Amino acid sequence: MTRERRGIEVSLAIAEAVGQADCDVIAAYPITPQTHIVEHLAEMVANGQLDAEFVPVESEHSAMSVCCGAAAVGARTFTSTSAQGLALMAEIFFIASAMRLPVVMALANRSLSAPLSIWNDHTDTMMVRDGGWIHVFVENGQEAYDHVFWAFRVAEDPVVRLPVAINIDGFILTHMIEPIEFEDDDLVKRYIPEYRMEKPLHPDKPVSMGCFAMPELYTEAQMAREKALVNSYSTCLKGWEEWAALTGRRYHPIETYRADDADYCIVTMGSLGETAMAAVDELREQGEKVGAIKIRLWRPFPFDDFYKAAEGKETLIVLDRAISFGGPGGPVALEIRSALYRRPQAPAVVNYVAGLASRDVRVEDFKAIILEGKAKATAGHTAGYTLYGVRE
Amino acid sequence: MACASEVLCMDKFSVYAARLVEKGEYFASGHRACQGCAEALAVRLVMKALGRDTIVAMATGCMEIISSPLPTTAWEVPWIHVAFENASAVITGCESGMKAMMRKGKLPPKKINFVAMGGDGATADIGMGQLSGALERGHDFIYVCLDNEAYMNTGIQRSSATPWGASTTTSPAGKRSKGQQTQKKDLPKIAIAHNIPYVATACPSFPFDLMEKVKKAAAIEGPAYLHILSVCPTGWRIPSEEAIKYGRLAVNTCVFPLYECEYGKYRMTYKPDPILPVREYIQGQGRFRHLTDEDIEVIQKRTTEEYEKLLKLCEMD
Ligand SMILES: Cc1ncc(C[n+]2csc(CCOP(=O)(O)OP(=O)(O)O)c2C)c(N)n1
Ligand code: SF4
Ligand SMILES: [Mg+2]
Repeated sequence: MTRERRGIEVSLAIAEAVGQADCDVIAAYPITPQTHIVEHLAEMVANGQLDAEFVPVESEHSAMSVCCGAAAVGARTFTSTSAQGLALMAEIFFIASAMRLPVVMALANRSLSAPLSIWNDHTDTMMVRDGGWIHVFVENGQEAYDHVFWAFRVAEDPVVRLPVAINIDGFILTHMIEPIEFEDDDLVKRYIPEYRMEKPLHPDKPVSMGCFAMPELYTEAQMAREKALVNSYSTCLKGWEEWAALTGRRYHPIETYRADDADYCIVTMGSLGETAMAAVDELREQGEKVGAIKIRLWRPFPFDDFYKAAEGKETLIVLDRAISFGGPGGPVALEIRSALYRRPQAPAVVNYVAGLASRDVRVEDFKAIILEGKAKATAGHTAGYTLYGVRE
Repeated sequence: MACASEVLCMDKFSVYAARLVEKGEYFASGHRACQGCAEALAVRLVMKALGRDTIVAMATGCMEIISSPLPTTAWEVPWIHVAFENASAVITGCESGMKAMMRKGKLPPKKINFVAMGGDGATADIGMGQLSGALERGHDFIYVCLDNEAYMNTGIQRSSATPWGASTTTSPAGKRSKGQQTQKKDLPKIAIAHNIPYVATACPSFPFDLMEKVKKAAAIEGPAYLHILSVCPTGWRIPSEEAIKYGRLAVNTCVFPLYECEYGKYRMTYKPDPILPVREYIQGQGRFRHLTDEDIEVIQKRTTEEYEKLLKLCEMD
């Protein structure tokens, strides 16, 4: 087994992973900050490095539609987009999961317009939170590379058969050059063997897909969908365990940092987790009993793992990167508040929204948020949320 | 084609004609279309001509709804519906997927017809961009537009393929309106402008002509576009037993000429003789009931002009 460590732009590493996964169909439309991923895939196909159909569609709506058609005939299918592209494909995004089509998407997270912004936050992904996909968040380039394989593996598992979105912070991750360990193709093949769909569209055995349902069946169809997503949890875990066995790199639905003996924790999702850990280290030196909780698996939400991580904490300071306008806070905090509601000894939840459109959240900012959040909880000011650093 | 004046043949020997049609049914009976629906007939004939080795991606609309109420299906071939505007993108996904898998040895090779179907709303309006994209990219597929000249599935609203003067629920005739105020969008010409190998118009009232064109479209490599006038008794407000008659009238008045364009070369596949006055086509339809003699004259003039333009294109070699 050869393992190669290479300095490479994260977008290119993602494309290389899609190539190693022997993807059959790639359909995508350019949008910053996703572009480097698709450009590199187009190049790989043009060079003969990857034997696939690269479909240069005329819109993201078509990208997702082509993916649906390709996945329906049993092809291994990949797309990538950001913000406005995701919004344009939203209609089909929801249908892909309902039809159990295992498309894999690299979602280079970017702010939704308006005002137009190409920079990073989570406003795009939160729009499709309830789209029935598996959502995973990665923190660095290695994780992004690894999760391409994991995503195909989970999506195509016959008991799951759901699309997977790998959330990758735009620019902050996509455009970084990082040292990444590339696994060799044999290892990848062992981890994701050739995909065989049980009932694809094929003239030899005709099936009808996407039939319409009257109200007496719609509810049951939604239940089936919900069950598939909730049950995918164990396949997600298995996927990570086997990846760890092969590569030594281990992932969990909820990850913690210096949290075991912490009284309070900062909760993050995505690449800011790394800055949060640095802030935790500095605060620990000042004697603060603080830790970090990082959500990797967003859908299906890993409730039990989260309870375990939050157990015994007095306060959770949740950092959101999107606003649920007119609602009680950011989407992650909403999730956590409702998950903890009425649980005995549940920690207080204080919510901050920060880092919209890539506005820097530095270690000092994290420290300020953590200390201020802790004080708020002590004073009993836990309702609503604070938009950190806003100029009024 | 079987004979020079197919209308006459059809009138005299309808039983004889039926024997010439393939027996296989891939769009099974028992679906929920309205009585006398010629759109359903169009689908049935298209499928007969295509045969078993076909994958169909269908847009939301009448044909999708009437053929697929869970847990039943009228489809004897693999069929997929995803949404209203994207049948052309979905079928290009199917085509690309199979192409890649066959090339890579993941699937045994097989010649398959990839067919997208959508109504005039799905094609001329909401799915125009996706159709254009798929045609331009050159996928090997057939797009079948089932043109009943309005959004029938949602209750007879106008589309850009609704003809001038037709009263629909969103272009109603009234004191200040003659119904649809715009001219029918010329979809076959838009398809031709993509320089694709094959474009044709057809109508199920001329079944042999229709099936011949479907077979041609299937045999040709690359994109083909078929525009099928599909009489809708419900939306056109005509008796359900008269759908075939109105299809013939549309063609014989030159309101809907039957032609094809193969690699840019136009050919009229049927020349009405004699050409009937458009009045005969317009008169009995409830959607045109409000039109005056002068209005019909306007339609007549335009119809003649358009037909002559088309004849000129056919004469060019
Ligand atoms: C995005 C979207 N907009 C609107 C609709 C509602 N809708 C469903 S079918 C239809 C009209 C279909 O018209 P056409 O394509 O002409 O087919 P027909 O029913 O006439 O055969 C409309 C407006 C929809 N399903 N999706
Ligand atoms: S409304 Fe018209 S097109 Fe739709 S099923 Fe009825 S007759 Fe056919
Ligand atoms: Mg219509």
